[in-house]
Amino acid sequence: MSLIALARNTGYAFGENRLTLAAAIILALLALCALFGPSLAPFDPLTTAAAAKLAPPSTLHPFGTDALGRDLLSRVIVAARLDLGMAISAVALSFLVGLALGSLAGYFGGWTDRIVGRVMDTIMAFPLFVLAMGIVVALGNSVLNIIIATMIINLPFYCRFARSAVNVRRDLGYVEAARMGGNGSLMVLLNHIVPNILPPMMVQASLNMGWAILNAAGLSFIGLGVRPPTPEWGIMVSEGASYIISGEWWAFMFPGAALVLAVFCFNMLGDGLRDLLDPRKRV
Amino acid sequence: MKGIFASLQKVGGALMLPIAVLPIAGLLLRLGQPDLLGWAAMAAAGDAIFSNLGLLFAVGVAIPLGVWAAARVNGPVDHACRALVTISAAFPTFFIGLLFVYVFYFLLGWAPEPLGRLNEIVFSAPPRVTGAYTIDALIVGDWRVFRAALAQLILPAVSLGLFALAPIARITRAAMLEALGSDFVRTARASGLPAGKILITYAFRNVLLPVSSVLGMVFSFLLGSNVLIEQVFGWQGVGAYAVSAVIASDYAAVQGFVLMMAILYVLLNLAVDIFATLIDPRVRFEG
Repeated sequence: MSLIALARNTGYAFGENRLTLAAAIILALLALCALFGPSLAPFDPLTTAAAAKLAPPSTLHPFGTDALGRDLLSRVIVAARLDLGMAISAVALSFLVGLALGSLAGYFGGWTDRIVGRVMDTIMAFPLFVLAMGIVVALGNSVLNIIIATMIINLPFYCRFARSAVNVRRDLGYVEAARMGGNGSLMVLLNHIVPNILPPMMVQASLNMGWAILNAAGLSFIGLGVRPPTPEWGIMVSEGASYIISGEWWAFMFPGAALVLAVFCFNMLGDGLRDLLDPRKRV
Repeated sequence: MKGIFASLQKVGGALMLPIAVLPIAGLLLRLGQPDLLGWAAMAAAGDAIFSNLGLLFAVGVAIPLGVWAAARVNGPVDHACRALVTISAAFPTFFIGLLFVYVFYFLLGWAPEPLGRLNEIVFSAPPRVTGAYTIDALIVGDWRVFRAALAQLILPAVSLGLFALAPIARITRAAMLEALGSDFVRTARASGLPAGKILITYAFRNVLLPVSSVLGMVFSFLLGSNVLIEQVFGWQGVGAYAVSAVIASDYAAVQGFVLMMAILYVLLNLAVDIFATLIDPRVRFEG
């Protein structure tokens, strides 16, 4: 597909579905927050002010302040980098590892397939969030390990997808032709099969992003990975939760709303991408 | 999802046995202390009650909604269904739980305080029989405690169910659409059968299989979200126990918890598979 046609198709898909466009714009804004968060934030997200603790939303603090008087708007903005960073790197990792394992299993079949398949089945035999908790505890309580845990629990989806996509292409005419041309197995796989399964895998990844964010935020909500002064949406919701019963709603509402917004936009964008690439799957 | 059990079967008893024995051994090691064991059983009964209520709520809302949406494609119910599915998929369970606490407890005052299974300052727990306060209160015939315990259950169950609703409604709608578009439904229509009979007797039966296969995913989600919901509503359940173990880096306890959840999950999937063979004879002949 030429670049112009791609641009036209993209324009068409966005024109047809305003919600996808809106989601893309909001995501771009969130990405901006993630990239330039510290310089966009009006206050230092870590500076405490005992005099202004739990101040309701005002013109000075549009989102109010938390129990230590830190400006919530700044904290929500700065947290975007950590939240999106964790989700994107986890999804990217499971995309790469899943693609590699899945395509090897799908292409070679036999024992490779059996071993990879059983490992993935073992992962799927656990409730995924519970498994992620277990992995983080076993590996140690850090942000990196949250990423690894999220990567592992998402792995089976990518792996199975890549496996079946490679499997149906393995004996197609053009692959036979490439093999006849003297390419080795890995060359055929890398140059002729994998490029063809990338687009549907990308859709899978974008549909998966929202879930990865929820998972990482859920882990930090129960106190895993991110340490208290660090701004992160999940842990901020859990910090704000104690003040709900006394009516200070802003402390949990705004970080939670940021979380919902990010997940919602990724889901919308994923749906839009899927419509663009595979209109038949539209439900 | 039914592939999991099928493939476990393929690997054979040799692999299945250690998988089943390990967690039980882990649990016995950990929960060997008698009072802790009793406590865990009691907490598990409490957990089971609200997870089940959550699942019931999700299934009870999602399936009629999906069927209705498919029966009137692009009608108002269909749009409402799509909106609900999209929105509920974006809300983290813990956030929705907190939102409910704020709206229904703080603002409206309808719900009881989020203090776990029963406000023990006002009510006294019923004598323990099953471990679930609602059932125990019923056994004693204490309606006040029953109502209070039931009220404590509603918000956790609904917030748990809301997220599970999305996949079920989505699958129901898609499967229903497919069934309604098929030849046998056209024939039934041409034969002049009433619309309700076509919808329920002919089309809906075909929805049960895809819905039961998505239930595996829903269980995976419910078992994980239990942990978050217990944090939000102050339940002293298995999830809360796991979280405190996680914070304290108590490996054995976390291991026991993860493996117990895994057994539960495998058993649930087994139940789903058996259910699938009951509702669709074709499944019996596969694999």
